[in-house]
Amino acid sequence: MNIHIKNGRLIDPKNRIDAQQDVFIAERRIVAIGKAPQGFVAEQVIDASGLVVMPGLVDVAARLREPGYEYKATLESEMTAAVAGGVTSLSCLPDTDPPLDEPGLVEMLKHRARSLNQARVFPIGALTYGLKGAELTEMIELTEAGCKAFSQADAPLTDTRVLMRAMQYAATFGYRVWLRPQDSFLAKDGVAHDGEVATRLGLPTIPVVAETIALATMLQLARATGAILHICRVSSAAGVEMVRAAKRDGLAVTCDVSMNHVHLTEMDIGFFDANCHLIPPLRGLRDREALRAGLLDGTIDAVCSDHSPVDDDAKQLPFAEAEAGATGLELLLPLVLKWAEQDKVPLLEALSRVTINPAQLLGQKMGHLSVGAHADICVFDPKTAWKVEPSALKSQGKNTPFNGYEMQGRVCYTLLDGQVVYQG
Amino acid sequence: MKNPQLNKNGELQHLLTTEGLPVAIVRDILDKTATFLDVAEGREIKKVPLLHGKSVFNVFFENSTRTRTTFEIAAKRLSADVVNLNIGSSSTSKGETLLDTVDNLCAMHADMFVVRHAQSGAAHFIARHVAPDVHVINAGDGRHAHPTQALLDMFTIRHYKKEFHNLRVAIVGDVLHSRVARSQIHALTTLGVPEVRVIAPKTLLPTMVENLGVQVYHDMTQGLKDVDVVMMLRLQNERMQGALLPSAQEYFKHYGLTQERLALARQDAIVMHPGPMNRGVEIDSSVADGAHSVILPQVTFGIAVRMAVMSMLAGAKV
Repeated sequence: MNIHIKNGRLIDPKNRIDAQQDVFIAERRIVAIGKAPQGFVAEQVIDASGLVVMPGLVDVAARLREPGYEYKATLESEMTAAVAGGVTSLSCLPDTDPPLDEPGLVEMLKHRARSLNQARVFPIGALTYGLKGAELTEMIELTEAGCKAFSQADAPLTDTRVLMRAMQYAATFGYRVWLRPQDSFLAKDGVAHDGEVATRLGLPTIPVVAETIALATMLQLARATGAILHICRVSSAAGVEMVRAAKRDGLAVTCDVSMNHVHLTEMDIGFFDANCHLIPPLRGLRDREALRAGLLDGTIDAVCSDHSPVDDDAKQLPFAEAEAGATGLELLLPLVLKWAEQDKVPLLEALSRVTINPAQLLGQKMGHLSVGAHADICVFDPKTAWKVEPSALKSQGKNTPFNGYEMQGRVCYTLLDGQVVYQG
Repeated sequence: MKNPQLNKNGELQHLLTTEGLPVAIVRDILDKTATFLDVAEGREIKKVPLLHGKSVFNVFFENSTRTRTTFEIAAKRLSADVVNLNIGSSSTSKGETLLDTVDNLCAMHADMFVVRHAQSGAAHFIARHVAPDVHVINAGDGRHAHPTQALLDMFTIRHYKKEFHNLRVAIVGDVLHSRVARSQIHALTTLGVPEVRVIAPKTLLPTMVENLGVQVYHDMTQGLKDVDVVMMLRLQNERMQGALLPSAQEYFKHYGLTQERLALARQDAIVMHPGPMNRGVEIDSSVADGAHSVILPQVTFGIAVRMAVMSMLAGAKV
């Protein structure tokens, strides 16, 4: 179908465009920007006057909970949430049940996702069998099945030799290794940042050194093995500084942060708000400021939703017993816009953190609106203010620390592969 | 953020923590405690009908004999109907969630819950979920708070020292794992105690504990110097595992309260302990049973404090 998106403010970070430009789509791809190609006849015209037209968002961490945790969320529910949030591509973590350690599981997931025809799903394979941290998975087979990187998700990998071997093996074939830095001994039983709030509330803690010690190990192993390392969900000022130093030293390391940590701190736990029970834990104000600074200066490449739908029964418990995680796909765009507004970051810059940058982390040629590219597009109204109401979220996970927050910016249209898959 | 233990008129709705409790309410509780102490000591019939017809449920998800008993006595002296439920871990092992347990008890028309739970924040969690006319008293949640213990400690201090504004108080021991210590610190600072010290090795102190308004000491000799009140904390045996401390012997040697160390405090210093004591681990028997010890009066005051809190929650005019 030929679609003409007219009068919108086109923001395409990769091509450094922020201007009023029309977009012309034919046969699933962008065929022209600005002027219609000769003989173009639009079958659908989207009037984007006053709206922003941008590449569909790319989210590097969204748990879809399939297979195994369908009572928390299903592909149907979460893909609907994704497109409602303008997310057209996402990578899902291997911590399903069973974990994504077999090619068959990955193929099944890809097949299920494709048949829903909503967002593109890029599975992250398990780095070790069963995420147990002992034996390597068949990374070649898993890659052929569709895995774009390998990860332990939040499962510990305590044996440093196994980690080194895994990184060596991945490096042999140029596979990406995505690791979240956390020393499992130092983090044992912890549920909150080791700081003032946990001291007041008497919550078991996860100190910053749990992150930095693991990070030091990972960075050194990346140097030694040549693995393509991506650091997931950095949470502390010290962690950001280590990544910054490693990049300055020329190490090809990348890094992401969750939108929760860009906006919240330990103080948001308040009186034991289990919605703020997150992994990694929300840290101090200085950490949050450092994360924002790192995001701005490029130390941190991308912001992700860290979407982790949790069922009510698992959340309706005292803080430490409540399952960690929060829904996020539908909040990623407004929270990036909020960051941009608060820190006076130009949209062209801010939106690169959820489009071209994460696309590059996945090694995919998407996240931009170049002529010839697949037409994955998000059209949003930057002026619409709305309040986060859990019951109005499409995700099956209703728990979010942003419950009741005022957001600015709402998705009007999401196009995947040249088709409107969501209309707000 | 709304203080979850006060109602919209600023009155006590639940007692969950001493943190953020208005000083007027704390003083009111202490004053009422004095009144109830007379009920226990001055009268032949120890009952008053303030909670007549009300049901108090002691819901203990964690074992306790002493605290539960004092709550039970307090409720009975107020003429309430008391139901004791030692849920331990049995209910959860049967698959019932904490909320289901609470809903079931609410359906039995409880007026007041006295809750103990191993998780920090459990009392707040339950208070958020009960009907608006039900009151929750936190009888200890994880490492977080044990407000009635702290209030009875404040009453004890006031009883022996009369004022708070001129005191130097030392809290000794496992502050990290102690709900009692946290509640004591908040209560002491609320009442205007100018100098609160904590004394412990670094493994038993939480991060940034000084931000709670205390001075940190690692040495008993310095920490006890010229204090008016010594508040000892219980050291759980399991702390010897997990590399927090090498041994009970070494702990006693450096942090145990002995006569010799107590001599560093002021001559009229009082020694307190929330019980149950580990004699020879955190406190020497000669101190526990000595002239400075007010450990047994603490227990007596504990009943009166709980009567005061329960009657206030029930809105009774004392």
